Amino acid sequence: MRLFELRGISKNFGAIQALTEVDLKIDAGEVLGLMGDNGAGKSTLIKIMAGNFLPSGGEIWLKGAKVEFHNPVDARRKGIEVVYQDLALCDNLTAAENVFLGREAKRRIGPFSFIDYATMFREAARHFAELKSETRPRDLVKQMSGGQRQAVAIARTRLSNPDIVLMDEPTAAISVRQVAEVLDLIRRLRDQNVAVILISHRMPDVFAVCDHVSVMRRGKVVADKPIRQTSPEEVTGLITGAIEFA
Amino acid sequence: MSVSLEEIAQRREHGPLRHMVRSQPFWVTVALVLICVVMSQVSEVFFTEDNFFNVTRNFAFIGIIAMGMTAVIITGGIDLSVGSIVGLSGIVVGMVLHAGHSLGAGIAAGLLTALACGLVNGILIAYVRLSSFIVTLGMFGIARSLAQVLSENHMIYEFGPDEKLFFALGGGTIYGFANPFILLVALIVVFMIVFRYTTWGRWVFALGGNENAARLTGVPVNRMKLSVYMLSALMAGISAVLLVGWQGAAINAMGTGYELRVIASSVIGGADLMGGAGGAYGAFIGAALIEVIRNSLLLAGVDANWEGTFVGLFIVFAVLLSKFRGMRSG
Ligand SMILES: Nc1ncnc2c1ncn2[C@@H]1O[C@H](COP(=O)(O)OP(=O)(O)OP(=O)(O)O)[C@@H](O)[C@H]1O
Ligand SMILES: [Mg+2]
Repeated sequence: MRLFELRGISKNFGAIQALTEVDLKIDAGEVLGLMGDNGAGKSTLIKIMAGNFLPSGGEIWLKGAKVEFHNPVDARRKGIEVVYQDLALCDNLTAAENVFLGREAKRRIGPFSFIDYATMFREAARHFAELKSETRPRDLVKQMSGGQRQAVAIARTRLSNPDIVLMDEPTAAISVRQVAEVLDLIRRLRDQNVAVILISHRMPDVFAVCDHVSVMRRGKVVADKPIRQTSPEEVTGLITGAIEFA
Repeated sequence: MSVSLEEIAQRREHGPLRHMVRSQPFWVTVALVLICVVMSQVSEVFFTEDNFFNVTRNFAFIGIIAMGMTAVIITGGIDLSVGSIVGLSGIVVGMVLHAGHSLGAGIAAGLLTALACGLVNGILIAYVRLSSFIVTLGMFGIARSLAQVLSENHMIYEFGPDEKLFFALGGGTIYGFANPFILLVALIVVFMIVFRYTTWGRWVFALGGNENAARLTGVPVNRMKLSVYMLSALMAGISAVLLVGWQGAAINAMGTGYELRVIASSVIGGADLMGGAGGAYGAFIGAALIEVIRNSLLLAGVDANWEGTFVGLFIVFAVLLSKFRGMRSG
C-alpha cells in the first residue's frame, strides 16, 4: 500500500493557475526531492499537503484512503508535519514556546490546566540536542541566528511521530555546517521509516539525501525519476526548460 | 557530552535581574515612586489616607478596563469603544435597577450589553476581517448614541429595592481599600497568571508576534480574536457597574474619554501597539501613574484641563521609549 499520493492536483488563485494536474507519490522511508524555479508552485503544493489550502481539483490519498485536509491541524493529526519556507515563528516567544505553539504541554491543577514550562524547556532542549543545535529553549526567537531559527522550526516536527515530513527550503539561509546537520537529520528521519519531501534550490543537498527527484515547471511536474537515473545537469535542464520532459 | 540537558534547558542569555531592569513597567514604577516622593515633600495632602483612597479608587475603574485592553493590544489590535461601552452598560444597569429588578438582574443586563458590543466588534474584526481601528471607532459612536437614546438624556439616580447593595458594591470598602481597587488587584493576579500560564494567554502573544505562524500551527486565530474583544468589552461593563454604584447616578456621558486613558495605561505599561508585547502589571502601573500625575497637578493647583495634555504626552513618550528600546535590541 502506498503511503501518500497526490492525483491530478490543481490549484488556482483567481486567474493564476499555480498547479495543473500534479501527480506525486512517496513511500515510507523515502526522501523525495522537489525542485523547480521560483514560482513553479512548490510551496503551493506543500501547503495543499499540509492543509493550508484546499486544492481546486484532484485527490489526496493517504494509506489507501482518500483524505481531505481542511486545516493544518487536520493534516497534523493524520501524521503530516511541515517546516514552512518562512518558518512560521513568533519572534516575541521563546524557542520552546515556538516549538510547542498550538500544542503546549499542560498540567492540570484542579479544574484548570496550566502551561508546563518545565516540560517544554526540557523537551525542547532534548530536541535541539538531537539536532546538534546550540539553541537555548528559553531564548527569544527574535535574537536567534538563521540556523537556530531553522532548528526551532524543525524541532516542531519532532513533537509527534509523523509519517510524513514536508520541508520547504530548510537549508536556505543557514551555514554549511548547519546544512550538513539538517541533511543528517533528514537521513535519520528516513531511517526511522519517515517519508520526507524536501524542497530545495540546492542541487548538492538534493543529490546528497534524496532517493527520488520530482521537477516542477510552471505548475506542472515535468519529471519524476530515481536519483540514480539522473544527474544535476539533467535536473538543471528540466528546471529551466532546456529539457522539456524526462 | 559534558553538559546535561537539564542544564541547557535552564540556560538563558540574561539573568532575571537584567530582564527586569530592561522592562518598561520597571521604569514606570521607578517614575511613580519618584513622583510620590517629590509630592510628599510638596504637598501635605498627598500622603494622607484620604488621598491614597481616592487615587487608588479613581484609577481602579481605568485599570480594570486596561486589563482587557492590554490583551487586545498584545494581539495587535485596538479597542476604541470601551469608553462608550461604559456609558451604555451604565445606563442599562441603571434602567434595569430603576425598573425595580434585583441587583443580579441589573448586573447581568449591564454585562450582557457590554458583551454584545464586544461580540459585534469581535465578529467584524475576526471573521469579516475589518480593521479593529475602524470597527471599534464605529462602536465608539454607536454605543454612546444608544446610551443617549435609551436614557433620553435623563440622569438615573433611583435604583430600586437593591439600591443600598448596589451603592455598597461600587462605593464600599474592604480593609480600607475601595472595592474597585480590590477587584483591580485581584484581576492583576488573575491576568498575570492567565497571560503566562494558559494557552489562551500565550496564544494572545503568538497572535501579536506572527498571526500567520499562529494560524499555521493550529492556533484558532479567529476565535482568539473574538475572545479578546469580548473580554475588553466585558471589563468595560464591569467597570461601568462599579462606577454607577460609586457615583450613585447613571448618566449617558459616563466613560467619555476613557479610551484615551485606558490605552495610555496599557501603552505606558509596556503594551506594544504593533502587537506581541504587554502585561497586566504594566497596565496597572500605567493607570496608577496617570492618576497620580492628575492628582499631583490638582494638588499643585494646576488647572485640571491640562490632564489630557499630560496623558497625551505620556502616550507619545511611552511609544518613543519602546521604539528606542526596539532599535537597541534589534
Ligand atoms: N496565496 C496566493 N494567492 C495568489 N497567488 C499565489 C498565492 N500563493 C502562491 N501564489 C502564486 O502561485 C505561484 C506559485 O507560487 P509558489 O509559492 O508555490 O512557488 P514556489 O515554487 O514555492 O517558489 P519559490 O521557489 O520562490 O518559493 C506563483 O505564481 C505565486 O505568485
Ligand atoms: Mg516556495
